[in-house]
Amino acid sequence: MSEQVRYDSVAIGAELPPVSYPVTRLSLVKYCGAAGDFNVIHWNERIARSVGLPDVIAHGMFTMAQAGRFVTDWAGPAATVTEFGVRFSAMVVVPDDDIGAVIDVSGQVADKLEGNRVAIALTARSGDTKVLTRARAVVRLP
Amino acid sequence: MAINRDYAGRTFAASEPYEVSRVKIAEFAAAIGDPNPVYRDTAAAQAAGYPDVIAPPTFAIVISMSAAGTAMADPGLGLNYAMVVHGEQRFDYARPLVAGDVVTARPTITEIRDAGRNVMLTTSTEIRTTAGELVCTATATLVERAG
Repeated sequence: MSEQVRYDSVAIGAELPPVSYPVTRLSLVKYCGAAGDFNVIHWNERIARSVGLPDVIAHGMFTMAQAGRFVTDWAGPAATVTEFGVRFSAMVVVPDDDIGAVIDVSGQVADKLEGNRVAIALTARSGDTKVLTRARAVVRLP
Repeated sequence: MAINRDYAGRTFAASEPYEVSRVKIAEFAAAIGDPNPVYRDTAAAQAAGYPDVIAPPTFAIVISMSAAGTAMADPGLGLNYAMVVHGEQRFDYARPLVAGDVVTARPTITEIRDAGRNVMLTTSTEIRTTAGELVCTATATLVERAG
């Protein structure tokens, strides 16, 4: 976990260091149980393919969670997220191998707002594909 | 079966009270691969200014999706859940969810509209403590694919 970021030290346009998050079939099984979302397309390749998907896909909310972790790790423990929104623009396909897939998250300080709040514009890719668009979080910093 | 447009604007009954527990927060944090101590260690959470361990931001989906799922399953709505994908998700937080919170979730279908051959359905779910304090509003847009 990173140091605590302070509002006064943040500059509009600053880049947040990019982070790559792995996602394997085990990640999805754990997420199914923890989130209570057992949609078969997240764990059953046979059914995923039968409904026209290329393979098992990650929960959109798993990808959003990685983007959330990216923001909270950067902002530090005393920061609180006040807004967080994404559009799920493409699927994260998770093959049945030892590597799985990778979600690459990057971000930039888009704005400084009243009340010590900072808006972060986020980008998430898997391979060459943008898997989140219009992804934005607002955090309140000390 | 087509989606019943009369459901736009409808607010559903609040869910049964859900108690946010340390164990469930830790399980969720482990599942998303996040080792942050404010999700596990009361002392670390208190040092960061919280009364107890807090939940990761997207934990709210556990509560909102369950309540909205009940609304989506209303047979009168006519949604074909097998064809549904998650289009957009947004959370507006008054504060983080904290272990020990007892909350209910109340979904409203705010919009039903066409997007080409697909139908987009937006729900807004208020998560409030049983004392009435608004903690989070979760807004989800689901897309029913035409096939």
